[in-house]
Amino acid sequence: MELLSGADMLIRSLQDEGIEYIYGYPGGAALHIYDALFRQDKVKHILVRHEQAAVHMADGYARATGKPGTVLVTSGPGATNTITGIATAFMDSIPMVVLCGQVASTLIGEDAFQETDMIGVSRPVVKHNLSVRHPEEIPEVIRKAYYIASTGRPGPVVVDIPKDMTTPNERFEYAFPKKVKLRSYNPAIRGHAGQIKKAVDMLLAARRPIIYAGGGVILGKASDQLTELVRMLGYPITNTLMGIGCYPATDKQHLGWLGMHGTYESNMAMHHSDLILCVGARFDDRVTNATEKFCPGARIVHIDIDPASISKTIDADVPIVGPVDAVLKEMIALVRESKARPDAEALSAWWKQIEEWRAFHGMRYENNPEVIKPQEVIETLWRLTNGDAFVASDVGQHQMFAAQYYKFDKPNRWINSGGLGTMGFGLPAAMGVKLTHPDDEVLCVTGEGSIQMNIQELSTCKQYNLPVKIINLNNQALGMVKQWQDMNYESRHSQSYMESLPDFIKLAEAYGHVGVRIDRKEDLEPKLKEVLAMKDKLVFVDIYVDRFEHVYPMQVARGSMKDMWLSKTERV
Amino acid sequence: MRRIISVLLENEPGALSRVVGLFSQRNYNIETLTVAPTEDETLSRLTVTTTGSDKVIEQITKQLNKLIEVVKLVDLTEGAHIERELMLVKLKATGSQRAEIKRTVDIFRGQIVDVTSSVYTVQLAGDSDKLDGFIQAVGTSGVLEVVRTGVSGIARGEKVLSL
Ligand SMILES: Cc1ncc(C[n+]2csc(CCOP(=O)(O)OP(=O)(O)O)c2C)c(N)n1
Ligand SMILES: [Mg+2]
Repeated sequence: MELLSGADMLIRSLQDEGIEYIYGYPGGAALHIYDALFRQDKVKHILVRHEQAAVHMADGYARATGKPGTVLVTSGPGATNTITGIATAFMDSIPMVVLCGQVASTLIGEDAFQETDMIGVSRPVVKHNLSVRHPEEIPEVIRKAYYIASTGRPGPVVVDIPKDMTTPNERFEYAFPKKVKLRSYNPAIRGHAGQIKKAVDMLLAARRPIIYAGGGVILGKASDQLTELVRMLGYPITNTLMGIGCYPATDKQHLGWLGMHGTYESNMAMHHSDLILCVGARFDDRVTNATEKFCPGARIVHIDIDPASISKTIDADVPIVGPVDAVLKEMIALVRESKARPDAEALSAWWKQIEEWRAFHGMRYENNPEVIKPQEVIETLWRLTNGDAFVASDVGQHQMFAAQYYKFDKPNRWINSGGLGTMGFGLPAAMGVKLTHPDDEVLCVTGEGSIQMNIQELSTCKQYNLPVKIINLNNQALGMVKQWQDMNYESRHSQSYMESLPDFIKLAEAYGHVGVRIDRKEDLEPKLKEVLAMKDKLVFVDIYVDRFEHVYPMQVARGSMKDMWLSKTERV
Repeated sequence: MRRIISVLLENEPGALSRVVGLFSQRNYNIETLTVAPTEDETLSRLTVTTTGSDKVIEQITKQLNKLIEVVKLVDLTEGAHIERELMLVKLKATGSQRAEIKRTVDIFRGQIVDVTSSVYTVQLAGDSDKLDGFIQAVGTSGVLEVVRTGVSGIARGEKVLSL
């Protein structure tokens, strides 16, 4: 047996866990750990400029790769700076482990320098948190943390490590546990066979069915199974903002995404359906609109790994608790075996109706020969990148436009903070993606409001050569806030203007990058082409877009799914 | 409806705060809460009484089950069960009140466990309604101090909550 210090055990455990990257920022309580990191080269550390960005980077990495991200910070302010990032990951069920230094165990509770009760502070926004109480426990705690973070419904796990747990000159026997056993944590490994059978019977008997898929399909790596089932049945499918890419957006069975800013046809089809098969989604308020008016004629089958997501807001007629891939696989087999077939006449009538809805609205916006429309920027990017880029977005109108007009055919490519809606997420998330996908196009679609919430990371990009393309849809306002003020507060634009914007071009250059400004419509495509051709450069593209544009469709507040604004003047 | 949820919890620091945090974070009620170690020193038994619609109660049990340290739980109110709460009350007891209080304590099958010339300290066990009933019977004007343990419960018959 080898004798190692707690700090060395920690790093060795990360190696044994197969961790490639840590995103972090050092400080007093973490210095033993940082020294251990220095004395090895298997685990690479990325030094960010603000701890929040470290968490979003780990998050972007996790969303793109499906593997848990890792963060290392010091106690007190280092730890509290991670909270927004942790809450962001928690709301979207992203697997990650956040390692936090802590003051020595002998000082805990004494208001020591840089002491914060991180276990307490993080409790409501983590899947779980653990503290190290003896250095010998470190390998087991680390193994447990990754196990909990990445199994069942994934989520962030915080590990609190008092400084005296990592003292260099106290050594202990190191052994990395092969397995973890937690008697009180047993995520479902398959769905209930009887329920699955019932669901398939209902699915085949439906006359106006719709599949409603969510981020759980992506987290559960079940896109292939979902696509197979949906194609087999020939049914329409819609997905949530978090589910974008779980089914090819360019496929004719795909109606686009649903909810507050979803497509007209998705929301109409949901409202008029007689059967909803919900796969890994959670009937969030941004999807359902007023729950008491939600899809009055629909029976609901709900598949989810988390029983607490089922019948939380909308009651399920057939609940199925289990991993989506396994459940879908069983459903595919049952559909294949079954003698029942969907009623062809009913299905073709249903499709006819859906096609009418699609023709009535589809996705459209008013073009204007004078100004650049934010939607056309996204459409152009989609074309120029062959629909194959990773797109990390910030939060606001630009996020909705990106989600609406970039058609994702693959999972894990649309990277956004859906649940918490965290401005400042985009750039660091894009960096986390770029680091592990150096040969892929990685775009950060942002706004002049959001980008300034983590702009300091341009410096990290320089240090690690992360040539992401920042697409700043500059409408010179907190556009989404302004849109709500236009619609609900008689256009009183309280604090939603961004005055004294920086010169983003010079700013990019100051950090050692390239800045490109686009403010004429005819320049849009040629300049974007030039930008995309600069493969090894980070380019900050500052695009002056229509300042008055709104995001549509938009569901009418407190209405049903089918109540929508389709433009500033049309309401259905 | 009022429910009694009984939980086996890992006997670890922080586990209790997670349960309590969950209730406040998700806006669930806690009426009473009791917790103590069990015969198995790795486990605590926690009993919480709460109120809510069936939907809310379902969420409470599901959310509790999601906590990593919750090993097992049961909603005792779903079946026949025994519920007990212990109360200690200090009552003003002078003159003719002394005999009157003594009689009431006997009727409620309580015990006077401490006496001074002007105060009785009464111990009473039973379900929560019975304890409320006693306070009503003696009248709140004479009550100097009340301390209640909160509800503990166990299923009737052969059913047990164990690993
Ligand atoms: C950290 C944070 N603070 C506030 C908000 C509220 N909010 C939502 S969208 C938005 C405006 C975003 O402005 P910008 O990044 O310029 O995007 P735009 O809507 O103009 O495209 C604000 C303030 C938020 N989502 N996140
Ligand atoms: Mg803006």
